[in-house]
Amino acid sequence: MNSFSYSRPDDVNAAVGEISEQTQAKFIAGGTNLLDLMKENVEHPQHLVDINHLPLGFIDELPEGGLRLGALVTNADTAYHELVQKNYPLLSMAILAGASPQLRNMATNGGNLFQRTRCYYFYDTATACNKREPGSGCGALTGYNRIHAILGTASSGNTPQCIATHPSDMCVALRALDAVVRVSGPNGDRTIPIADFHRLPGDEPERDNTIEPGELVTAIDLPAEHFNTHYTYLKLRDRASYAFALVSVAVALRLDEGGQIAEARIALGGVAHKPWRNPAAEALLTGKAADTTLFRQVAEQLLDGAQGYGNNTFKIELAKRAIVRALDMAYAGSTQAGDAYKQEDIL
Amino acid sequence: MSNYIGKPLSRVDGVAKVTGKAKYAAEFDAPDLTYGYVVSSTITKGRITHIETSEALSLPGVLSVITHENRPKIAWLDMSYKDQDAPPGSPFRPLRDNKISYSGQPIALVVAETFELARYAASLIRVDYREAPHETNLDTNLHRARKPKSGLASLLKPPPPKPRGNFDEVYAASPAKVEGRYSHSPEHHNPMEMFASTVVYEKDGKLTIYDKTQGAQNSQLYVTQAFNMSFSDVRVISPFVGGAFGSGLRPQYQLFLAVMAARELKRSVRVTLTRQQMFTFGHRPATIQNIALGADSNGKINAIYHDAVGETSQFEDYTEIVPTWSPMIYPAENVTLDYKIVPLDVFTPLDMRAPGGVTGVPAIETAIDEMAYELGIDPLELRLINYSDRNMAEDKPFSSKELRECFRQGAERFGWAKRNPKPGSMRDGHNLIGWGMSTGMWEANQMPARAEAVLTVNGKLRVTSATADIGTGTYTIMTQIAADTLGMPMEDVLFKLGDSDMPLAPIEGGSWTAATVGSAVKVVCEELGRKLFKLAQKIPGSPLAKAKWDDVEFVDKHIRLKQNPAAAVSLQQAVDQNGGAAVWQKSTSLPAMMKQKNYSRAAHSAVFVEVMVDEDLGTIRVTRAVSAIAGGKILNPKTARSQIIGGMVWGISKALEEESVMDHTIGRFMNHSLAEYHVPVNADIHDLDVIFVEEHDDIVNPLGVKGLGEIGIVGMPAAIANAVFHATGKRIRELPITLDKIL
Amino acid sequence: MSTITVTVNGKSYTKEVEGRTLLVHFLRDTLGLTGTHVGCDTSSCGACTIHLDGRAVKSCSMLAAQADGSILTTIEGLAPGGELHPLQVAFNDEHGLQCGFCTPGMIMTAADLLSQNPNPTEREIREGLEGNICRCTGYHNIVRAIQLAAERTAGVPA
Repeated sequence: MNSFSYSRPDDVNAAVGEISEQTQAKFIAGGTNLLDLMKENVEHPQHLVDINHLPLGFIDELPEGGLRLGALVTNADTAYHELVQKNYPLLSMAILAGASPQLRNMATNGGNLFQRTRCYYFYDTATACNKREPGSGCGALTGYNRIHAILGTASSGNTPQCIATHPSDMCVALRALDAVVRVSGPNGDRTIPIADFHRLPGDEPERDNTIEPGELVTAIDLPAEHFNTHYTYLKLRDRASYAFALVSVAVALRLDEGGQIAEARIALGGVAHKPWRNPAAEALLTGKAADTTLFRQVAEQLLDGAQGYGNNTFKIELAKRAIVRALDMAYAGSTQAGDAYKQEDIL
Repeated sequence: MSNYIGKPLSRVDGVAKVTGKAKYAAEFDAPDLTYGYVVSSTITKGRITHIETSEALSLPGVLSVITHENRPKIAWLDMSYKDQDAPPGSPFRPLRDNKISYSGQPIALVVAETFELARYAASLIRVDYREAPHETNLDTNLHRARKPKSGLASLLKPPPPKPRGNFDEVYAASPAKVEGRYSHSPEHHNPMEMFASTVVYEKDGKLTIYDKTQGAQNSQLYVTQAFNMSFSDVRVISPFVGGAFGSGLRPQYQLFLAVMAARELKRSVRVTLTRQQMFTFGHRPATIQNIALGADSNGKINAIYHDAVGETSQFEDYTEIVPTWSPMIYPAENVTLDYKIVPLDVFTPLDMRAPGGVTGVPAIETAIDEMAYELGIDPLELRLINYSDRNMAEDKPFSSKELRECFRQGAERFGWAKRNPKPGSMRDGHNLIGWGMSTGMWEANQMPARAEAVLTVNGKLRVTSATADIGTGTYTIMTQIAADTLGMPMEDVLFKLGDSDMPLAPIEGGSWTAATVGSAVKVVCEELGRKLFKLAQKIPGSPLAKAKWDDVEFVDKHIRLKQNPAAAVSLQQAVDQNGGAAVWQKSTSLPAMMKQKNYSRAAHSAVFVEVMVDEDLGTIRVTRAVSAIAGGKILNPKTARSQIIGGMVWGISKALEEESVMDHTIGRFMNHSLAEYHVPVNADIHDLDVIFVEEHDDIVNPLGVKGLGEIGIVGMPAAIANAVFHATGKRIRELPITLDKIL
Repeated sequence: MSTITVTVNGKSYTKEVEGRTLLVHFLRDTLGLTGTHVGCDTSSCGACTIHLDGRAVKSCSMLAAQADGSILTTIEGLAPGGELHPLQVAFNDEHGLQCGFCTPGMIMTAADLLSQNPNPTEREIREGLEGNICRCTGYHNIVRAIQLAAERTAGVPA
């Protein structure tokens, strides 16, 4: 690692001030991703602002019934928080599907939003990567792309600039829940709907999100709608745990009294540069009862325009099947974390 | 007497390991220790045209950057770089010249006062290359396959036997035929401990080296040859090894670089590889096999064709025994086998847990399952129809083979009799359930070895041999053997290993350590016992004065008459008779070649597996597995069971998860981290059961042991692949079976 | 360079560290506590797991400077006073170790698991240890060791 200066402010304004004054400065919270990238020489900040001592370790109920998650609450404390488990079990489930206990004990809610892709080429400085080094090319496009994106990869040219995916599980649930990110910056505070927080690579794959220089995430707001009865987070990966998603599906359904679907949210992970939703596909479910054919139609529409690049082409069909399964599970009120992985012996 | 052998004892090194006191190569300290960091090539083939080190060298605390341009003079002949496990060819020499032969090749070593400084300085080194086209894809280079060169290392890995009978004719006329192409991806050993060498530069220029290795003496030999040093100036120590699985059979390049830097700087140096660099040396080679089987309508297999093409490097001919397993298991009269290699721009492959065995056996065992379906015969029944007590590759009887009993006990424990052969006939919700089985086999070898035993003046026994314990339990079983041979409590026995100054032992691999070093420990303790017996006889009025060696036994710290246990002399009394000196013995154990040569010696297993496959999502879990092992005498069921279970988990890994994925466009392994190179995690593992079948063998070696390091893995992949077929009706011949292959 | 004060295994240390020094290297190289192993360097294997203020964390993914003011426990300090912790006894008894390299991290993670959940099911153990890789691979006995330690300490306050 390069040497860097290090500071540890204890209020938000000081932190924002410091980051704005320094060149090539970065915030560090849990550090679980940033330090790895520094070790691999992918990131090389000159100054680290350690924000762990800012007063952002709260989980507060909002007057309108929502919940505000402080940016510095760890993923573990969030997932196991009584109100999160009761009101937003989808979020809890998604968080626990990611990383490992030790990492969840360190990683923070704010930091999780800033996880960078797990693209092999992004991590390997011997290879071409437009995200790491704009203009150098995309090794994954012609190389090994099993874990790469199938949606939203378009750029202004003929070939995509970047086919990396966003690796977070938590953010997929946040997307389904329509969370709102609160930030403080040199120009004051603002809010960013989660849908607009992460971005597609387009012609600027080096930018993962829409945050402006000097801005600090202070909290994530969860709206009042809980979706705590008909939901699931289904994560498919190459081993039973501790692997990034090939495809993940967060489903949140609200049923009316007759058992018809009043509202549906479906967010996909592992398929794009950001958690993916398609309101038109979700709308197909409104006013309908569970029906596998309908679920498949929804899946087809969600994957509309999907493109494979060789090793990852299977994800198109896998995602469709995962959507159907997740809708089935959510509708049935089955909260198993993907029954493909249930542990009980059956014989 | 057997107080300890055969008992499920806890490890003698267990407490050191649970308290963090067991020290591995990167954990030994030295005064003024410096840290080396390796710079790796970013291209796959070509030349370095310029290497710029000035920016790195300008950092305060950076001591040296060694490259091919400024390296000190080293040995000139290829011979000097040949370690005990070197295949025929010209061994890789780090920093030899500007030539790049594979991606990730070490091209410089940065030495600095701290690890992070060395790592940072390494990132500042700028390299210009002239690239040349590379070939890394086995599949597209099969036309370049050729016979391997033979050499010393090929003694243990002979080419397949010549054809017997007439395969073409008999196959053509066979009423039942199957044929298929089987392949698997390269794999890297990835032990948890990354390769490291701590080279302590002593005042007189002698080196004490803490190295991660499966053979301290192999590392010592390599260093002395490559740097033209004398044996007395190089001592290699390796008391604990954090897993190896074959990766430590050859000295790795960090050893060479650390020694070079220590000699150059006249300071102690530690070089630790990164996990990414763990993908830049030996690996299990990608291999493509073709098999054709012809059987009569009763299921008797009369014709076997089995060929294999494996990858190797451009500089050494690494080989494995692959097709030969077919006639070793199945006694067909008409057999044609072939084995070739393709040199590619990769590092030389390296033996990895059950090398060749877990390549060839899963292929033939999958083909046998296909034949069972072709014939409509139960897969276990088909194996019994073709059971043989002779190894038809060598046309010799087995010294022992309790495989039939493995089949019986394994099938019973698993409940195989209840199996409905129809694919897709069992399910639970979305999960299709499949049952599959396989035979496993691994050769039981014994090598020459030496050991030393000393009974100290206070009656404690110390036994040493320069072998390694890579986690298998060598410390424990050797302590058991020594204690039982001399009738001593294990608390009074200390077994030490992993030091090049100790008596000669071969590299620790091939499942031969229990047989090889165990025999040496037994022999040296027996011969020490003879000395003690003679001393005991000299004691005035000794009750053993007139006894013969055959009349006595060693029990409870005494030498006593078998017929009259009261006539006894304590070991302490015997030592006391030695004029105040410890009693010392060094002995050699040699395999009884005359006795062994007429027999084929091998461990066998029968493996039964249940899988659950999600019919929509393609996810596969191994929910149950039973492995029945015929592995000769089991010295310690506790360590033995762990060895087998570990092998079974490796089998699950090989069948379902593990592969090093090469981007052939750039010729580089891309999933070079433990996050993306998938090995099983705890949640992948369910019910694993091990049965040790009673097997007596006094030909294989004096202890009757067969070694258990490899046999656990060999049968698993085919059992899983066959179970996946039974669940889904899909025959996957390409490992690993990831979910996309099921969709 | 900055000065940090940490309590490690009950003993307070005040040391100068470079900003870029990882906590794991501080423990191993500066304090000589080499029982905390490095198996991947990139937060993927769990061998470097220690307790930071009572919770299991990966010491390769944290700067030493970030630990300033914290209370740390490593495998060497899990059982104060030279005794063995029930998990250490159980790992030895149940043969939950082979090469031993992953063992300290496994035990430290298991200790955190048992402090949150004194009677975990097999599934909870397998999921709770998802961040610790054993290559040898002794998951089977590791699970049994943790179950045994849980049984033996049932009713005993942590």
